Amino acid sequence: MPDRDNSPNIRLKMKKDLHQNKVPRTPVPEQNPEERRKNFHEVSLGYTPAMAQLEASRCIQCKKPKCMIGCPVRVNIPEFIKKVAEGDFFAAARIIKETNALPAVTGRVCPQEDQCEKHCVIGIKGEPLAIGKLERFVADYERLHQKETAIETDPPTGKKIAIIGAGPAGLAAAGDLAKWGHEVVIFEALHKPGGVLFYGIPEFRLPKEILEAELDYLKRLGIEIKVNYVIGKIKTLDELMERDGFNAIFIGTGAGLPYFLGISGENLNGVYSANEFLTRINLMHAWEFPVFDTPIHHHKTFAVIGGGNTALDAARTALRLPTTEKVLLVYRRSREELPARLEEIEHAEAEGIEFHYLANPIEIKGANGWVSEIICQKMQLGEPDASGRRRPQPVANSAFALKTDAVIIALGSGVNPLIAKSSTGLKTDSHGHIELVDPSINLTSRPGVFAGGDIVTGAATVISAMEAGKKAAEGIHHYVMNLEL
Amino acid sequence: MFEILKKTYLAPQVFKYLLHAPDIAQKALPGQFVIIRLDETGERIPITISDSDPTQGTLTFYVQAVGKTSLEMSLMKIGDFILDIVGPLGNPTEIKRFGTVVVIGGGFGIAAIHPIARALTHAGNKTIAILGARTRELVILEKELRSTSAEVHIATNDGSYGTQGLVTDVLKTMIEKKEPIDRVIAIGPLIMMKAVADLTRPCNIPTLVSLNPIMIDGTGMCGACRVTVDGKMKFACVDGPEFDGHSVDFEGLLNRLKTYLPEEAEAKEKYLKDTGGKCRIATIAQIYG
Repeated sequence: MPDRDNSPNIRLKMKKDLHQNKVPRTPVPEQNPEERRKNFHEVSLGYTPAMAQLEASRCIQCKKPKCMIGCPVRVNIPEFIKKVAEGDFFAAARIIKETNALPAVTGRVCPQEDQCEKHCVIGIKGEPLAIGKLERFVADYERLHQKETAIETDPPTGKKIAIIGAGPAGLAAAGDLAKWGHEVVIFEALHKPGGVLFYGIPEFRLPKEILEAELDYLKRLGIEIKVNYVIGKIKTLDELMERDGFNAIFIGTGAGLPYFLGISGENLNGVYSANEFLTRINLMHAWEFPVFDTPIHHHKTFAVIGGGNTALDAARTALRLPTTEKVLLVYRRSREELPARLEEIEHAEAEGIEFHYLANPIEIKGANGWVSEIICQKMQLGEPDASGRRRPQPVANSAFALKTDAVIIALGSGVNPLIAKSSTGLKTDSHGHIELVDPSINLTSRPGVFAGGDIVTGAATVISAMEAGKKAAEGIHHYVMNLEL
Repeated sequence: MFEILKKTYLAPQVFKYLLHAPDIAQKALPGQFVIIRLDETGERIPITISDSDPTQGTLTFYVQAVGKTSLEMSLMKIGDFILDIVGPLGNPTEIKRFGTVVVIGGGFGIAAIHPIARALTHAGNKTIAILGARTRELVILEKELRSTSAEVHIATNDGSYGTQGLVTDVLKTMIEKKEPIDRVIAIGPLIMMKAVADLTRPCNIPTLVSLNPIMIDGTGMCGACRVTVDGKMKFACVDGPEFDGHSVDFEGLLNRLKTYLPEEAEAKEKYLKDTGGKCRIATIAQIYG
């Protein structure tokens, strides 16, 4: 029958199906696990325009969109989804970029299942809308079609803002401040901007090319990025404000010193912090040694300690090195409590990472100065602790050995002391985190100095750092313009 | 980008560089270091700052051409640029009036003690320098150290200059003569620093050593430079690079420094081959000195 598909009845039925969540979530194409475990190319291949439109059409355009409550940077989700469904991808990009300067990044690394998608109404009965995948699609589409949204910034205010650290918090703050007409200079300690997005998150999860494109966008907003600049060493906060004429400062230096286990054998060769391991690979290209000068030792077996996103990134990176035969992941709780994103856990499982749950390392043993095995004890889960997760307790006489020739410790990071140590009037807590006197605008104890991200909260997510950066940007804007909040 | 303004051949494998790095020059103090990266494929390597001139905006440092990056650097010419220099990193040497301070430089470590000796003398100390090297031509900066120290003693392994033997032999003689020594600062090969610390420990002479573990970012992020001091884990980049020599676990550090020996050798061999093998170390001095 002609035109049957467009008949009003069918359209109605489709709408009904959508409302009843009968249309399943559009799966995203991925490189197959056997293939991808041998390369550094991105695992998720992203939607095609047709897939994106199909997925976007599942959105029921709630009057009071709950998804937005779940978004730390309040992206206008229903609006951009609507534009995707209509096929106007550039308009969708414009909407996202109103509040999110790094959509290609957040579309890839946000834990959407705990944020926007967790609140998605169609997720109550069926599967939630793939908001993250759609955000990623929109950002990629815009980038690949070279039709960058025209950039409009407010007229220059004549105010100068220094941003310390070119990670997610700093970049988010810089993006907003530049849009509001301020002169923004970012000081970055490493030779590449991006912070954890560059040195920490691997290529197969966030290709560097995509990060570079997002950074280009920020540069086109007029932001200057000075690399190789360790504030606290080459310049103090006082000098930035008093000599260099910055009207306000945002500190987003991130988490610092990596935690170790504090057990015997941690200084053996073959023991790395996840930061070191990932930095060697991501920032220094050690996997391309000797074309690049920085080496990584060729191990056969890696044991990764920890269960967060960084631990999984390290494990999956280790798996991709040419001489690796086996990668173990040792976590002291069970799969349920793994703090990493579900998608990463599933990817790691499919790629063949060997998970050892309820195991806690108590000693690293070595031979000839190199790691040979880790001794672990079995754990069992007791009552929930302060974090709400069940507290692991050792099982008596349960020690066992895992043979490995490398250990990567991914237990998070403490605070980098460089800025607080070199600054006057900046209050820190007992762990060294910078204290906020007004958390609503991320103001520190020092007038004109704002802070946000891991340096304030301890290790958290990319998007929560961006949220803090944006809050601080608002505070800074009001501060330098003498506006009432 | 940081321009090489001057490059001088000092001794076999040892070159002196004067670089334009105005912002770092404003802040650099004795005992601190920079991390450099020559080009886009380069590694990050720490180098001690030997001198800085805030008015000229220059840094001086010495590099011993032993590995791939330092060899590559030894082939760079005046007017060439180094892609990245970050610093000043690490804590400066504590400079105050201690009384008599013995500064000990072993081999290439002499370049690192020179600015410290000068600052100590400035602060009113009696500075005694002990310089050690394998052979006479490797004794660098003697003239500079003579002009900033009350005494300079030299020891060479082969006896070609000064007394024959080790820096610790000279120090031992001083201690035996009951010369008052309020502090010792030793910079050089790990074995030398360990020997100095072992010698001064029984006599309770405060002894500082400057450690040079493997390092990447230099700001505390990577943890590669961890060393054990007094049983505790310390990061040389943010807690050091100077530590109490009596408390350092030298054995542990010696082992960690061996981590990349095979890869370092591989990179060096490849580099020598890529450059046509013409730049064997002996000839570098003649071509580019």
